[in-house]
Amino acid sequence: MIELRVNGRSHNVSADPDTPLLYVLRDELQLNAAKFGCGLGQCGSCTVLVDGAPTLSCVTPIMLLEGRQITTVEGLGTPEDPGPIQRAFIEEQSAQCGYCIPGMMMRAQALLQRNPRATETEIRAYLEPNLCRCGTHMRILRAVKRAASMMTGPDATPSTHTPSAASTEIDTSEVDSDSQRDRRHSEKRERPER
Amino acid sequence: MIVTRRWIVRLLWILGALVLGFVIYAWRSPIAPVDPPAVESFEAATIQRGAQLASLGDCATCHTAPGGETFAGGREVVTPFGTIYSTNITPDSSSGIGHWSQAAFQRAMREGVNREGDHLYPAFPYDHFTLVNDTDSAALYAFIMTRQPVHGRTPDNHLPFPLNMRFIIAGWKLLFLHKGPYEPDSNHDAEWNRGAYLANGIGHCGACHTPRNSLGAEIGAQHFGGGEAEGWHAYAINADSMALEAWKAEDLHMFLSKGWHDRHGDAHGPMATVTQNFSSVPDADVKAIASYVATEIGNQPREKTSPAGAATNDTGAAIYAASCANCHDGTRPLPFGGVRLMLSTAVTGKSATNLINVVLEGLHPPEGSVGAIMPGFSSTLTDGQLESLVAYIRSNLGSQPPWTGVESSVREARSRARD
Repeated sequence: MIELRVNGRSHNVSADPDTPLLYVLRDELQLNAAKFGCGLGQCGSCTVLVDGAPTLSCVTPIMLLEGRQITTVEGLGTPEDPGPIQRAFIEEQSAQCGYCIPGMMMRAQALLQRNPRATETEIRAYLEPNLCRCGTHMRILRAVKRAASMMTGPDATPSTHTPSAASTEIDTSEVDSDSQRDRRHSEKRERPER
Repeated sequence: MIVTRRWIVRLLWILGALVLGFVIYAWRSPIAPVDPPAVESFEAATIQRGAQLASLGDCATCHTAPGGETFAGGREVVTPFGTIYSTNITPDSSSGIGHWSQAAFQRAMREGVNREGDHLYPAFPYDHFTLVNDTDSAALYAFIMTRQPVHGRTPDNHLPFPLNMRFIIAGWKLLFLHKGPYEPDSNHDAEWNRGAYLANGIGHCGACHTPRNSLGAEIGAQHFGGGEAEGWHAYAINADSMALEAWKAEDLHMFLSKGWHDRHGDAHGPMATVTQNFSSVPDADVKAIASYVATEIGNQPREKTSPAGAATNDTGAAIYAASCANCHDGTRPLPFGGVRLMLSTAVTGKSATNLINVVLEGLHPPEGSVGAIMPGFSSTLTDGQLESLVAYIRSNLGSQPPWTGVESSVREARSRARD
């Protein structure tokens, strides 16, 4: 048994220690955001965060992950209350087929958590390992910039959805204040028409 | 007492005279500024050849800051003596070399002196460029002077006294600068000689692949014996090469033009940029360099120590099986699959540095080019796990005695990765 901490929750996992994290997430924990793309760590669609750093879960055996904080797209927010990255990707309609998007979101999350003021050049360089075959790169870039402005906006408070190594159970309803909800709604209204 | 003081005074006079003499020796006259030459003043073919030579010389790599304009300089070059910033070599008239005549350009290449007459630090490898002949020098000048001028001052060097006084470098040159031109070796054919001229001249391979002495000069007796480059080990490319399979000229030719070879692996670290540049130069030039370097390496079989006696290393073996074997023991050919690690000089070489760097950072093709991709494992492997993995690969796959100092190499690689 290996104990994995995923999105703030502890799981005792019965899989072999050499099982890639991706298989455990999808098959045992029913966390299906991370995708199997190439299986060789070359496409980025399986990207999750380990202690805040982007990690290719298809080439990472769970034996390396005991005591580490794992975050997947499911840990960034809920359908009812999506986190900044999720809202930005929805608002920019960044997904075409959508297969690469969870990986893109997690890598973008890692960047913005560290540097919410990342420039376009920095965003492009940071997302380079993740591939998109539909060609929605421009929309993905817009979404990351939108998420960045949500995180750094004038009334931005520390994100409720920023998972940190210190975080335990993430219960979004508990910490999400009314004022933040108001802010989100006003941001949505201010969105320029396209 | 008076006698002693007299002697001290005399000694000071002698010292003063010596210093004055050296300053006079070190003095170089400025070369008169010219107006930036018009593009039309150069033949298109000359400019094109200059572009190829600039690729062979990897000029843009050092003379471009990360994310900066090409040739506008400002890249930090960390040396054991201090930090030097590369200069702006665009033809901008105030911050670049717009006012440099061809004579000034050629003097900089051959003698390491700028137009104003100041000595240049040998981080600029004029100890190699001194071999570049008149035609090639003119072509490089034509190419550089027809680039877009970029206005931008580069940061000041951080060098301690007395190295911050450029005339000191005249002494370094007296000891270590052996001026060209290239002298052909009649024991070899024209292609080999062309390769030697390119590799030791504009290509300045030895700047990384030859070890340096305490004054930062290449040790001639250990030509191509392996050196250091930006936190990476530059492999020995002479008889000391540790590649399991000897490099044949055609293997090197393929490696240098494509950046990988199925029996040797992928170019990594600073070499990846070199092979990317080589992909855009005439094939004959790369072939000539390959012919020369293959002769330097020689064709003797490498010693392969017996794998017996390799310590059991369960952690390393388990990590290898789970994370590495899929590509490195798989059936996909290079560059999409991984090389058999027993063939990689990163595994059989003298230093653990490159293997550690590749495991931590992975391989990423230089921006805008195709090449091998390997994910990095810096976010998942602890230092201890990395050390076990490296030890396993070295002993069990590379069949080589363990490296020493792996722990400190891991620490250094981690701290570099954090910068």
